[in-house]
Amino acid sequence: MSNSQERIAQIVNDNDVVLFMKGTPYFPQCGFSSRAVAILEHCQVGFEGVDVLQDQEIRQGIKAYSDWPTIPQLYVKGEFVGGSDIMMEMYEAGELQQLLDQKQVAKAS
Amino acid sequence: MAGELEREMRDLLQKNFEPSHLNVINDSARHHGHSGDDGTGESHFTVEIVSPHFSGQSRLARQRMVNAALGDIPGQRVHALAIRAFAPEDAPSDLSHPV
Repeated sequence: MSNSQERIAQIVNDNDVVLFMKGTPYFPQCGFSSRAVAILEHCQVGFEGVDVLQDQEIRQGIKAYSDWPTIPQLYVKGEFVGGSDIMMEMYEAGELQQLLDQKQVAKAS
Repeated sequence: MAGELEREMRDLLQKNFEPSHLNVINDSARHHGHSGDDGTGESHFTVEIVSPHFSGQSRLARQRMVNAALGDIPGQRVHALAIRAFAPEDAPSDLSHPV
Protein backbone atom coordinates (compact mmCIF):
# COMPACT_ATOMS: atom_id res chain seq x y z
CA MET A 1 0.00 0.00 0.00
CA SER A 2 1.40 3.38 -0.95
CA ASN A 3 2.04 6.10 1.56
CA SER A 4 -0.98 8.19 0.53
CA GLN A 5 -3.35 5.24 1.00
CA GLU A 6 -1.97 4.58 4.48
CA ARG A 7 -2.29 8.24 5.42
CA ILE A 8 -5.90 8.35 4.22
CA ALA A 9 -6.75 5.13 6.06
CA GLN A 10 -5.36 6.65 9.23
CA ILE A 11 -7.36 9.88 8.80
CA VAL A 12 -10.68 8.09 8.22
CA ASN A 13 -10.06 5.69 11.08
CA ASP A 14 -8.95 8.35 13.56
CA ASN A 15 -11.95 10.65 13.01
CA ASP A 16 -15.65 9.79 13.26
CA VAL A 17 -16.64 12.15 10.46
CA VAL A 18 -14.22 13.28 7.76
CA LEU A 19 -14.93 15.54 4.82
CA PHE A 20 -12.30 15.62 2.09
CA MET A 21 -12.92 18.99 0.52
CA LYS A 22 -11.51 21.92 -1.42
CA GLY A 23 -10.69 24.68 1.06
CA THR A 24 -11.48 24.63 4.75
CA PRO A 25 -14.84 24.44 6.54
CA TYR A 26 -14.52 28.21 7.19
CA PHE A 27 -13.42 29.04 3.64
CA PRO A 28 -14.61 26.40 1.18
CA GLN A 29 -13.07 26.92 -2.27
CA CYS A 30 -15.76 25.17 -4.28
CA GLY A 31 -19.55 25.29 -4.33
CA PHE A 32 -19.89 21.55 -3.83
CA SER A 33 -17.57 21.52 -0.82
CA SER A 34 -19.42 24.52 0.56
CA ARG A 35 -22.71 22.67 0.24
CA ALA A 36 -21.26 19.59 1.96
CA VAL A 37 -20.07 21.72 4.91
CA ALA A 38 -23.49 23.38 5.19
CA ILE A 39 -25.20 19.97 5.31
CA LEU A 40 -22.93 18.73 8.12
CA GLU A 41 -23.48 21.96 10.03
CA HIS A 42 -27.24 21.49 9.71
CA CYS A 43 -26.79 18.01 11.17
CA GLN A 44 -24.89 19.64 14.04
CA VAL A 45 -22.11 17.16 13.78
CA GLY A 46 -18.44 17.76 14.45
CA PHE A 47 -16.18 16.80 11.57
CA GLU A 48 -12.62 16.89 10.38
CA GLY A 49 -12.23 18.87 7.15
CA VAL A 50 -9.26 17.79 5.03
CA ASP A 51 -8.28 20.43 2.46
CA VAL A 52 -7.09 18.47 -0.57
CA LEU A 53 -5.84 21.65 -2.24
CA GLN A 54 -3.11 21.76 0.41
CA ASP A 55 -1.99 18.19 -0.17
CA GLN A 56 -1.54 16.85 -3.69
CA GLU A 57 -0.80 13.34 -2.44
CA ILE A 58 -4.14 13.13 -0.68
CA ARG A 59 -5.93 14.94 -3.52
CA GLN A 60 -4.95 12.17 -5.95
CA GLY A 61 -4.89 9.35 -3.40
CA ILE A 62 -8.43 9.86 -2.13
CA LYS A 63 -9.85 9.24 -5.60
CA ALA A 64 -8.26 5.78 -5.69
CA TYR A 65 -8.98 5.08 -2.02
CA SER A 66 -12.71 5.66 -2.45
CA ASP A 67 -12.87 4.68 -6.12
CA TRP A 68 -14.65 8.01 -6.57
CA PRO A 69 -13.55 10.66 -9.08
CA THR A 70 -14.64 13.90 -7.45
CA ILE A 71 -14.31 16.02 -4.29
CA PRO A 72 -15.95 16.46 -1.74
CA GLN A 73 -16.12 13.01 -0.18
CA LEU A 74 -17.69 12.13 3.15
CA TYR A 75 -16.57 9.34 5.48
CA VAL A 76 -18.44 8.34 8.63
CA LYS A 77 -16.70 5.94 11.02
CA GLY A 78 -14.36 4.79 8.30
CA GLU A 79 -17.13 4.13 5.78
CA PHE A 80 -17.42 6.04 2.50
CA VAL A 81 -20.84 7.71 2.28
CA GLY A 82 -20.57 9.62 -1.00
CA GLY A 83 -20.16 13.05 -2.53
CA SER A 84 -22.27 16.18 -2.19
CA ASP A 85 -25.17 14.93 -4.35
CA ILE A 86 -25.61 11.85 -2.17
CA MET A 87 -25.19 13.93 0.99
CA MET A 88 -27.94 16.30 -0.19
CA GLU A 89 -30.32 13.48 -1.15
CA MET A 90 -29.71 11.71 2.16
CA TYR A 91 -30.09 14.92 4.12
CA GLU A 92 -33.39 15.77 2.44
CA ALA A 93 -34.69 12.26 3.10
CA GLY A 94 -33.59 12.39 6.76
CA GLU A 95 -31.23 9.49 6.09
CA LEU A 96 -28.01 11.32 6.86
CA GLN A 97 -29.17 12.07 10.39
CA GLN A 98 -30.27 8.43 10.70
CA LEU A 99 -26.84 7.24 9.63
CA LEU A 100 -25.11 9.56 12.11
CA ASP A 101 -27.43 8.38 14.90
CA GLN A 102 -26.98 4.72 13.98
CA LYS A 103 -23.23 5.09 14.05
CA GLN A 104 -23.50 6.99 17.32
CA VAL A 105 -21.64 10.04 16.12
CA ALA A 106 -21.53 12.75 18.77
CA LYS A 107 -23.18 16.11 18.14
CA ALA A 108 -20.90 19.11 17.82
CA SER A 109 -20.39 20.81 21.16
CA MET B 1 -25.78 24.35 -29.00
CA ALA B 2 -24.50 21.16 -27.40
CA GLY B 3 -20.74 20.95 -26.94
CA GLU B 4 -18.59 17.97 -27.78
CA LEU B 5 -18.29 16.65 -24.22
CA GLU B 6 -21.98 17.11 -23.61
CA ARG B 7 -22.77 15.00 -26.68
CA GLU B 8 -20.21 12.37 -25.68
CA MET B 9 -21.73 12.07 -22.20
CA ARG B 10 -25.23 11.88 -23.60
CA ASP B 11 -24.23 9.11 -26.03
CA LEU B 12 -22.44 7.07 -23.35
CA LEU B 13 -25.36 7.33 -20.93
CA GLN B 14 -27.92 6.55 -23.62
CA LYS B 15 -25.99 3.47 -24.68
CA ASN B 16 -25.27 2.16 -21.16
CA PHE B 17 -28.54 2.81 -19.38
CA GLU B 18 -31.41 2.97 -21.93
CA PRO B 19 -32.85 5.83 -19.89
CA SER B 20 -36.50 6.85 -19.88
CA HIS B 21 -35.33 10.33 -19.01
CA LEU B 22 -31.94 11.87 -19.71
CA ASN B 23 -30.83 15.42 -19.24
CA VAL B 24 -27.21 16.53 -19.57
CA ILE B 25 -27.11 20.13 -18.42
CA ASN B 26 -24.09 22.34 -18.99
CA ASP B 27 -23.77 24.56 -15.90
CA SER B 28 -20.41 25.99 -16.92
CA ALA B 29 -21.64 29.52 -17.57
CA ARG B 30 -22.77 29.77 -13.94
CA HIS B 31 -19.22 29.00 -12.83
CA HIS B 32 -17.47 31.43 -15.17
CA GLY B 33 -14.26 32.73 -13.59
CA HIS B 34 -14.46 30.21 -10.73
CA SER B 35 -11.32 28.15 -10.01
CA GLY B 36 -12.62 25.14 -11.92
CA ASP B 37 -13.48 27.15 -15.04
CA ASP B 38 -10.95 25.99 -17.64
CA GLY B 39 -12.24 28.32 -20.34
CA THR B 40 -13.62 25.52 -22.54
CA GLY B 41 -17.22 26.26 -21.60
CA GLU B 42 -17.54 22.57 -20.69
CA SER B 43 -16.29 22.38 -17.10
CA HIS B 44 -19.45 21.92 -14.99
CA PHE B 45 -22.33 19.58 -15.74
CA THR B 46 -25.39 18.09 -14.14
CA VAL B 47 -26.70 14.72 -15.27
CA GLU B 48 -30.31 13.80 -14.57
CA ILE B 49 -31.06 10.22 -15.53
CA VAL B 50 -33.89 7.77 -14.94
CA SER B 51 -33.23 4.17 -15.91
CA PRO B 52 -34.50 0.72 -14.95
CA HIS B 53 -30.82 -0.26 -14.56
CA PHE B 54 -30.84 1.63 -11.24
CA SER B 55 -33.68 -0.39 -9.70
CA GLY B 56 -32.63 -1.97 -6.43
CA GLN B 57 -29.29 -0.12 -6.41
CA SER B 58 -28.17 2.18 -3.59
CA ARG B 59 -27.42 5.86 -4.20
CA LEU B 60 -23.73 5.10 -4.00
CA ALA B 61 -24.01 2.22 -6.47
CA ARG B 62 -25.99 4.34 -8.95
CA GLN B 63 -23.41 7.10 -8.93
CA ARG B 64 -20.62 4.58 -9.30
CA MET B 65 -22.42 3.11 -12.32
CA VAL B 66 -22.75 6.55 -13.93
CA ASN B 67 -19.13 7.47 -13.17
CA ALA B 68 -17.93 4.14 -14.57
CA ALA B 69 -19.94 4.59 -17.77
CA LEU B 70 -18.42 8.04 -18.27
CA GLY B 71 -14.84 6.75 -17.93
CA ASP B 72 -12.28 9.53 -17.55
CA ILE B 73 -14.78 12.37 -17.94
CA PRO B 74 -15.83 12.91 -14.27
CA GLY B 75 -13.14 14.70 -12.28
CA GLN B 76 -10.62 14.71 -15.11
CA ARG B 77 -12.06 16.06 -18.34
CA VAL B 78 -14.92 17.70 -16.48
CA HIS B 79 -14.18 19.65 -13.30
CA ALA B 80 -17.56 19.07 -11.69
CA LEU B 81 -20.33 16.62 -12.38
CA ALA B 82 -23.50 16.55 -10.34
CA ILE B 83 -25.45 13.31 -10.73
CA ARG B 84 -29.13 12.70 -10.06
CA ALA B 85 -29.77 9.05 -10.88
CA PHE B 86 -33.11 7.35 -10.27
CA ALA B 87 -35.00 4.20 -11.08
CA PRO B 88 -38.43 4.75 -12.69
CA GLU B 89 -40.19 3.82 -9.44
CA ASP B 90 -38.36 6.38 -7.28
CA ALA B 91 -37.88 9.25 -9.73
CA PRO B 92 -39.12 12.62 -8.48
CA SER B 93 -42.09 14.04 -10.37
CA ASP B 94 -39.99 16.56 -12.32
CA LEU B 95 -38.02 13.66 -13.84
CA SER B 96 -40.78 11.12 -14.31
CA HIS B 97 -42.04 12.33 -17.67
CA PRO B 98 -40.63 10.63 -20.77
CA VAL B 99 -37.65 12.01 -22.72
